[in-house]
Amino acid sequence: MRARRREIPWFPGVVLATLVFTAVFAAYLAPHSPTEGDITQKLIPPIWMEQGDSDHPLGTDRFGRDVLSRIIYGSRISLIVSLIAIGVAGTVGTLLGLIAGYRGGVTDAVLMRLTDVGLSLPTILIAVVLVAVSEPSFRNVILVIALLLWPRFARQVRGETLAIKEQDFVALAVVAGRSSAWIISRHIFPNVVPTLLVISTLQVGYVILLEGTLSFLGVGVPPPSPAWGLMIADGRGFLATAWWISFLPGLAMVLTVLAVNLMGDWLRDHLDPKLRQLGRAAVLEAPAAASVGPTVDEAPVRGAPAGGGGG
Amino acid sequence: MWRYLTGRVLQTMLSLLVVISIVFVLTRFSGNPVHLLLDVNATERDQEILMRHLGLDRPLPVQYGIYVRNVFLGDFGNSVLTRRPVVEHIWERLPATVELGLVGMVLSVLIGVPLGMYSAVRRGGVLDTGARVFAVLGQSMPAFWLGLMLILFFGVVLGVLPAGGRGGLLHLILPAFTLGYFTSAAIMRLTRSAMLEVLGSDYIKFARLKGLHEQVVLWKHGLKNALLPVVTFAVMLFVQFLGGAVVTETVFAWPGLGRLLLESITTRDYPIVQAGVLVLSALYLTGNLMVDLLYSYLNPRIRHARS
Amino acid sequence: MRESAPLLVVEDLKTHFFTRRGVTKAVDGVSFTLHAGETLALVGESGSGKSVTCLSLVRLVPEPAGRIVGGRVLLEGEDLLQKSSAEMRRVRGKKIAMVLQDPLTSLNPALTIGTQVSEVVRLHQGLRGTPLRERVLEALRRLRIPAADTRLRNYSHQFSGGMRQRVSSAIALSCAPRLLIADEPTTALDVTIQAQYLELLKEVQASAGVAVILVTHDFGIVAAIADRVAVMYAGRIVEMGSTLQVFDNPSHPYTRALLRCLPDVGLKREQLVEIGGQPPDLARLPQGCPFAPRCPERQPICDETYPPTVPVASGHVASCWAVPGAKARA
Repeated sequence: MRARRREIPWFPGVVLATLVFTAVFAAYLAPHSPTEGDITQKLIPPIWMEQGDSDHPLGTDRFGRDVLSRIIYGSRISLIVSLIAIGVAGTVGTLLGLIAGYRGGVTDAVLMRLTDVGLSLPTILIAVVLVAVSEPSFRNVILVIALLLWPRFARQVRGETLAIKEQDFVALAVVAGRSSAWIISRHIFPNVVPTLLVISTLQVGYVILLEGTLSFLGVGVPPPSPAWGLMIADGRGFLATAWWISFLPGLAMVLTVLAVNLMGDWLRDHLDPKLRQLGRAAVLEAPAAASVGPTVDEAPVRGAPAGGGGG
Repeated sequence: MWRYLTGRVLQTMLSLLVVISIVFVLTRFSGNPVHLLLDVNATERDQEILMRHLGLDRPLPVQYGIYVRNVFLGDFGNSVLTRRPVVEHIWERLPATVELGLVGMVLSVLIGVPLGMYSAVRRGGVLDTGARVFAVLGQSMPAFWLGLMLILFFGVVLGVLPAGGRGGLLHLILPAFTLGYFTSAAIMRLTRSAMLEVLGSDYIKFARLKGLHEQVVLWKHGLKNALLPVVTFAVMLFVQFLGGAVVTETVFAWPGLGRLLLESITTRDYPIVQAGVLVLSALYLTGNLMVDLLYSYLNPRIRHARS
Repeated sequence: MRESAPLLVVEDLKTHFFTRRGVTKAVDGVSFTLHAGETLALVGESGSGKSVTCLSLVRLVPEPAGRIVGGRVLLEGEDLLQKSSAEMRRVRGKKIAMVLQDPLTSLNPALTIGTQVSEVVRLHQGLRGTPLRERVLEALRRLRIPAADTRLRNYSHQFSGGMRQRVSSAIALSCAPRLLIADEPTTALDVTIQAQYLELLKEVQASAGVAVILVTHDFGIVAAIADRVAVMYAGRIVEMGSTLQVFDNPSHPYTRALLRCLPDVGLKREQLVEIGGQPPDLARLPQGCPFAPRCPERQPICDETYPPTVPVASGHVASCWAVPGAKARA
């Protein structure tokens, strides 16, 4: 085993810092407007190619909009969508997970069946249809993603809650006559926070990809906003003549998601040893393949991620 | 064992019902279908007749009941645009989707399993490092972008492969690879870790002690154990392609269900949208159910655990 | 002493592990001989090199860290260390078989017992069809596995621990090997099952004439089953002789310490002394005797030079400066 380093890995650190920086200071960094273009300046190639223009370092698209400026502003969209969607899903999921885990019984059974159903739905498909029918908009994209995301939080938090509930300090608090709400918020929730942080990070990459996919399909953030997925879709017709329109925002997306994923792995290894055996895939893919029946005690369910308590 | 399986079947049904309900609610909230079906010159009387004909004058729960019944009977109504039964449209497009999905899955297993095996056997080697980069990239790249870049490189720059559409084997390569890349990356990761665990086990040592050839040790004694989670995952991921079919089919202009779905969204042909979502979801859900059954079957420990 | 040529001759075997921390000399000059039908017990604490010695005999030292760096292993006169890997595979399972410590994990969970027994018989005996099945059943019956023919289709998890160890022994003995290496075969078993298993092993050994190398740290088992004992410490054999000789006249302080650890009905509990100190770090062995730091009979010379191997009696040797004659030899 390679010695695990404590310090934050440099690659994801640098990429994410850059991303947040450009997103926050987009207005100062971007040389041009992300949505207004000069049609006379259309399809200018990036600066390193012949006919490149130093005014548009990464070239322009078919409406003469500056690709660099659009990518810079696009980072904002990716970031805001993932922050809000994960915030909403995380809050709802955590709350339901805490209640289900702490209450147990019928509440738990009902909430967990709901979670199972939520996890078993084909995400992209449902997202496409939901957004399409409810009219594509920034808000709807976020809501739909949050709607598809909460069960992941609920399941994990519920599992943790079940374990923490058995600890002595909870029993003591119960004996001391504390209310359930007090115990959940003061004793259980703080112990769930590290896990929550890890799951959240692991979801960021997923949300960025999902938002990108929806935008690419034309059922996400509506044009002319500079969402990366939209930009990639924009360039589809120009692959032969102006490849940079699709290529560059895609590259930004790959780097971002890669950085977030690596960061998530690193966080998981350092913050939450309990999650270590879960691959990112396991957290992400939200398995329908549940764990094996209760009669089997020694089945090595490697890879096949644990399902919700079967009964 | 049986209790568990029954539970899984019931859960699948429940999920399906949820999808049906989502679709039902969506159709009822996306405007009066009568406006879509009728000509602009239609009178109020025409509208009423049609509404009664479609059962839209009844209370919502009744409409829901009728809707569910029709779905199970395979009656999705007619396309708004072509007036042909929706089922016909679906049947037309389904083979293309299944074809692409199957080829993609086979491809991803063919790439992912050997890559994962060898990267475990030659742990820390060049191939291992390369394979792991391949896997990490696979989890960070949007499928639609990979697809476009493949078209750019093989279709535009090299001009050796068709950029889209369905035809011979050549047409299948790029979309199948796009689909398969992500799965194979995941399969590779999984095979690698499962294989590493297996290779450290006593029964592998024991198999070597029997004097078996190293290839027999790896492929018969090792792979069979490592494969259990892999198979489960492969099928599960394949099933998820179905959900993601929309993306690949759109990028490669592949005439499958996913593309039909997206086209119908643009043309607001809601009966087709509903049916498309339902069919894809049903495939997805039953696929996942099959995975579980397969898993229990493949694992002798579970197979023999029926009391 | 026997007249016939020995079955196995191990000469100055050295197996080292090359790690980032340095070279770990897991086996550092081990020599012994073994005759057909004889049982040799390899005794020592964990980390003394017993298991690595066994793995070296079949050339299955975990690579790439571990390597056999010197010595000879002669089986029926042929040096195993000179064989190609294909030739070596024909030795494993056929001439030398091995049983591992944990019966729970040494059988493949994904293959039936029948498959696991028959593959080795088919490989080494070239049998197919009915003769193959007969041989497989015979192998299982010899180890008293009840209802062998119906259990062929079972998986290992359907057997109890003791039964699993019998199955792996049946696999090991199925091709009539000349040498069986048993690496702590009973550690994972219950005490009563242990006794049963050892009894069975002894019986099968007597009828098949197979030589056995038994790795253990339990002198009780040694007394019950072994003809000769080799005591290992820090990768070397420090004392070797017939079981009686070693029990009656333990000549190395380490052997004496080990024997004191053995619970005996005659002894009171307080007399059960643990050996003080830790086994040595094999990557940083001292220049002299590695046992010296823990030795109650330590002398100045112990820290300077490794003691020579001197005969204590006929067929009984020890490597210790305290043994009479050691200094004369040096």
